[in-house]
Amino acid sequence: MSESSPALQVDGLWKIFGQRADKVIGTPDALLSRADLKAKNGCVTAVKDVSFDVAPGEVFVVMGLSGSGKSTLVRCLTRLIEPTAGQITIDGEDVTKASESQLRELRRHKVSMVFQHFGLLPHRQVIDNVAYGLEVRGVKKAQRRQQAGDLVDLVGLTGYDESYPDQLSGGMQQRVGLARALANDPAILLFDEPFSALDPLIRRDMQNEVVRLQAELKKTMVFVTHDLQEALKLGDRILIMRDGEIVQIGRPAEVVARPVDDYVRDFVSDVPRSHVLTLEYVMRAPTPEDSREGPVMSMDTIVRQAAQAALASAHPVQVVSDGKLVGIVDDDAILRVVVAEESVPTAPTKQAV
Amino acid sequence: MKLRKASAITGSLATLPLVLSACGGGDIAAEEKENESQVAAAGDCGELNMAVNPWVGFAADAYVVGHLAETELGCTVNYKDLKEEVSWQGFGTGEVDVVIEDWGHPDLEKLYFEDQGGDGSAVEMGPTGNVGIIGWYVAPWMAEEYPDITDWENLNDYADMFETPESGGKGQFLGADPSYVQFDEAIVANLGLDFQVVFSGSEAASIAAFEKAEANKTPLIGYFYEPQWFMSEVPLVKVNLPEFTDGCQDVAQDVACDYPETQLQKIVATEFAESGSPAVDLVSNFQWTNDDQNLVAKYISVDGMSAEEAAATWVEENPDKVEAWMS
Amino acid sequence: MTSAPTTEPGLTTSPPQTPGEAPGRVAPRPRRVVPLWGWLVAVVVIWWVASRIGDGRAVLYLPGQETTDFQDRFTDLKADLIAGRDTNVLMQVVGAVSDAFNGVVEQLQGLVSTPDLPRPVPQIGWLGVLGIAGWVSLAIAGWRHALGTMASLAAVGLLGYWVDGMDTLIITFFSVAVSLALGLPLAVWMGTSRRVNAVVTPVLDVLQTFPAFVYLAPMALFFSLGPAIAVAVTVLYALPPVVRISAHALRSVSETTIEATTSLGQTGWQRLIKVQLPMARPSIIVGVNQTMMAALSISVIAGFVNGPGLGKPVLRALTAGSNQVGVAFIAGASIVFIAIMLDRVTTAASERSELVARGGGGNRRTHRIVLAVAGAAALVSVYVSRTYFSFAEFPDTEVGPKVAEAVQSATDWTTSHFSGLTTGVQETVTTVFINPLQDLVAGSPWFVTGLALIVLSQLLAGWRGALSSLACLTGIYVTDLWYDAMVTLTSVLVATLFVMVVAVVLGVWMARRRLVDRLLRPLLDAAQVMPSFVYLIPVLALFGPGRFTAIVAAFIYAVPVATKLVADGVRQVSETTVEAATAAGSTPWQLITKVQLPMARGNLVLAANQGLLFVLAMVVIGGLVGGGALGYDSVLGFSRGEFFGKGVSAGIAIVLLGIMVDRVARGAAERDRSAPGLLARLRTRTPAHHLS
Repeated sequence: MSESSPALQVDGLWKIFGQRADKVIGTPDALLSRADLKAKNGCVTAVKDVSFDVAPGEVFVVMGLSGSGKSTLVRCLTRLIEPTAGQITIDGEDVTKASESQLRELRRHKVSMVFQHFGLLPHRQVIDNVAYGLEVRGVKKAQRRQQAGDLVDLVGLTGYDESYPDQLSGGMQQRVGLARALANDPAILLFDEPFSALDPLIRRDMQNEVVRLQAELKKTMVFVTHDLQEALKLGDRILIMRDGEIVQIGRPAEVVARPVDDYVRDFVSDVPRSHVLTLEYVMRAPTPEDSREGPVMSMDTIVRQAAQAALASAHPVQVVSDGKLVGIVDDDAILRVVVAEESVPTAPTKQAV
Repeated sequence: MKLRKASAITGSLATLPLVLSACGGGDIAAEEKENESQVAAAGDCGELNMAVNPWVGFAADAYVVGHLAETELGCTVNYKDLKEEVSWQGFGTGEVDVVIEDWGHPDLEKLYFEDQGGDGSAVEMGPTGNVGIIGWYVAPWMAEEYPDITDWENLNDYADMFETPESGGKGQFLGADPSYVQFDEAIVANLGLDFQVVFSGSEAASIAAFEKAEANKTPLIGYFYEPQWFMSEVPLVKVNLPEFTDGCQDVAQDVACDYPETQLQKIVATEFAESGSPAVDLVSNFQWTNDDQNLVAKYISVDGMSAEEAAATWVEENPDKVEAWMS
Repeated sequence: MTSAPTTEPGLTTSPPQTPGEAPGRVAPRPRRVVPLWGWLVAVVVIWWVASRIGDGRAVLYLPGQETTDFQDRFTDLKADLIAGRDTNVLMQVVGAVSDAFNGVVEQLQGLVSTPDLPRPVPQIGWLGVLGIAGWVSLAIAGWRHALGTMASLAAVGLLGYWVDGMDTLIITFFSVAVSLALGLPLAVWMGTSRRVNAVVTPVLDVLQTFPAFVYLAPMALFFSLGPAIAVAVTVLYALPPVVRISAHALRSVSETTIEATTSLGQTGWQRLIKVQLPMARPSIIVGVNQTMMAALSISVIAGFVNGPGLGKPVLRALTAGSNQVGVAFIAGASIVFIAIMLDRVTTAASERSELVARGGGGNRRTHRIVLAVAGAAALVSVYVSRTYFSFAEFPDTEVGPKVAEAVQSATDWTTSHFSGLTTGVQETVTTVFINPLQDLVAGSPWFVTGLALIVLSQLLAGWRGALSSLACLTGIYVTDLWYDAMVTLTSVLVATLFVMVVAVVLGVWMARRRLVDRLLRPLLDAAQVMPSFVYLIPVLALFGPGRFTAIVAAFIYAVPVATKLVADGVRQVSETTVEAATAAGSTPWQLITKVQLPMARGNLVLAANQGLLFVLAMVVIGGLVGGGALGYDSVLGFSRGEFFGKGVSAGIAIVLLGIMVDRVARGAAERDRSAPGLLARLRTRTPAHHLS
């Protein structure tokens, strides 16, 4: 993990919907399963004792099936939904204790959000939609329009400033949503399944757009999705949720290589491993007999990228970390992942990490 | 190009008044001046608020008096189409000055006449000279064909004839506009008549019903009244109920007698009566006969004149009667 | 294709069920052993037997001109009000408001309708009004509507009702302005607070069902006779649509958009001004339009208390003297012209403003130039109308009287030639439908009818329906007008039945044939705004006074709205489904009865509900033509002070009947899963144009 203090820190967060939600926390009822609690007093636990940190500049993906509580979780972060218990720290400030006006300041300057169904204002032109955040915090018209114009260009909508949302395609509308979120120049961007309403091709474009923007702008992002491909593609780390609880947090390759339980294993079963796994998860411990003439690669090289060089060489790949040899990858290990899409026997290398 | 065309149109429109002045009729500005000087010279009548209750005879009275007040006394007359109840309410607020034809409303008198314990907002101002007769009437052809039908004691013999799907197996009696003074349900019950009252709703509806009954020779009995121009078109025949005696209509539920002949009264707002307006004398002096009223009512109902025209016509034709009121 | 039947079993069998699937699913409801209609028939049979046994006893009949202690309490209250009117603070306050209303209306009248003394004519004559109205329509709705507006106004003038028409416009515009000033803030409050919404909604319901007739007389105590009371009555009646529709629109602004904009740190005020109101704007404009139409539709009622406008000539022609259907018709037609004009212009204006807001609507520069030129022309017309008599006062023409005469003779001819036929129809319907049903509903002992109605409500709408019926019936019992209420209920049910039959036939026809739709729709629109008084007299002449005439009047009034709802519902049935059914070899009849009507069931329920409420709104009018019962009681209460309390009680009973019927319909709709969204539409329904 990064050395600097986290951009976002969530600690023991709960959200229970229902009449007497406050009374549930801290009692044995809180530990009941969702269905049991619902049967008992009609309350529904959407987020159950969730804690995590997000480092500055990190893309943190929250993943789960619908109903897993991921959307509620992300809304709790800026209290669009009021959390029932727990602490959320952004920039050293406890969001859960913020007053109405402090909360507004937070939303206006530090955290912005992109929504699944865009949430654009149909009666405003693109440029005024983008400028909305600036408008509500009192930026003068000329200035906010200029800033918004830059962002319209940035998200690739040059020339559409004066269009109305319903004149745009879904993908373009979401670009507006993205530009609007960026307009406040927030440190943190929240995404709530932003691309799931889009066509697959458009979705891929938009994902690339996020990757590009991230490279350019270096924002901290919390990205909610139910699409594992998307999670793996964008996430520095992935949090997998089920029934409001954290199932696993880890880097993409880690999640794929070492699912903690059947739920996750089932989830990742269709993933093309060679696209995700890094050499770290296919190497074996070096032995003195290993050839030292093969190509040298870093531990987080993705298998598929390593494959060509590895197979071209007659010698096994040497995996290094901080200049030290930490493992060896044989051709057949690569072939097993690339061709056979097999799970990797992780046990032997576990100690190596 | 467009602009030039537009300004050409504007220009030609601007000359329009000149063209129009040739055919434009009188001059508004001149009349306005004349009015101003008239107002300065005019008497102190001011406004006169005439209620107009919903029967044509009333309108005849109201518009004749109003026409004179306007033309002879220079009053500004406001005619207000109102039912009796609401008209009386208006006395206290100054919105109604005159109810020119009152058929007797003991309940309202109690509320508004001082000598009867009311708030004193209204006073009586003498008879109109019209005699009001309310009663039960049948279409003329029936009286001819069944002479004894005009006696109430024989009505039950004919009840079957009057039966309609509306009257629940009994004879149908056509009641009046609900706002009129009427005791028909009680009379039917208390005289043991085999009839059911079905209400027509308005004077116009009653007249239409009688007209149709006479034309098609269908049976009809119902509430009607004089003075009434329609009587000269279709002379309805009155059915004799037990004779009216003093007090026999005091308790609504127990009424079992005919309606009395009523001297129709003029009722005015107390405030108006004491205002010293010249219109007070006019209203006070106004008196005419049933024939007079019927003539004006006929002008309105049959000859299609507006109420104003009808009043003006009658006033022109009867200078001597008018003379007497104006002195 | 004869193969259709053979494929049916295959289509209808449910997919095979795997036993393991059960836990996650909602258990299917057990099939009723006795179908619903079986229970309904059973109840009616038992009811009928009980009514025979009762034989006219305990029906709680109260003669037309008698009152009870409960009712007299209201009469006393009114007498107290009159006695204390000089000291009553509330009345003083209302008096001040009323003076203000009168002042405004008189100013406006001096401007366009009545001589502004000492000027012998109003400040702006007819030509000037035409010019200005045309210019405004041009500016907000386009040149086509400008021509339409001028033509409509000219038509009103040609028919001879220029002054009354102007008065109607004044009262309408002013009342709508007051309604919006009161209604929009209220709508915002309702749209943002669930609790306020819950409190205000029933008040709006009552305002719309309570017959204006009943509060006319007491309002005349507070407001002076004339413009002020006309405005007050109009506002009370016209307020609900805009409040209801706007509040609903505000509440239904997309959650996502609100969330998204909130996430940018907007304040509550910014949310309202920048997000909710702009997004609800199109619906709010619909509300304004509805309010305008409601205001017009009550203009005749305002004529009963000397309200200025076209109501007066309509009433005058129909109440006193021999009836003048022709005259009433042209006055009524003037109302229709004004209604159509206002409706078209406001609708076009709202569409156009959307277009312009989006940068459309043609070249702005050209538009500005056209407006400037037209403006100059309008100013010239104003100048001319201020200078010359013939352009100030609308010239007398023979058009009005001629049309009136033609209508009159057509009516006379019809009534004299067809009275045999119409009497036959009337007698048949009365003896076959109305009388037997009335014997059952009103002629049974009150507790039998009460119980039967509650049980029926339970069967149709569940326990909540039964409970609200119990409450309403208890209320009706308390008013001491049980018998009259049951007679009214009978008429309302019969009228609604006829309305629905005709609405379904016409509606299906309209939905299936574009041409029919195009021909019928304007007629239906006109029938909806045509004051019912106008057709009351010919109907009366044809059928004579009685319940049947009242039912016919209600029928004419309620058919348009129900027909339009049915037509829209049938048209909304998905093309794909119709295609699929056609592909399966359905005959047109099968298509209608097995696909289109069942799938339009939601709209059918809505149409029945609306039809009922519209019919109920006409109960009082029915009272004027021998409909008797509650309608007569209301009219009597308005007409004669000593029966005021009875009128109020009748008003209460009408409202209770309305609530009962409405709740049962809603309950039935709620159970009807095939009609998603129906309930919301019932709740926000655009209300009956009332009584005119």
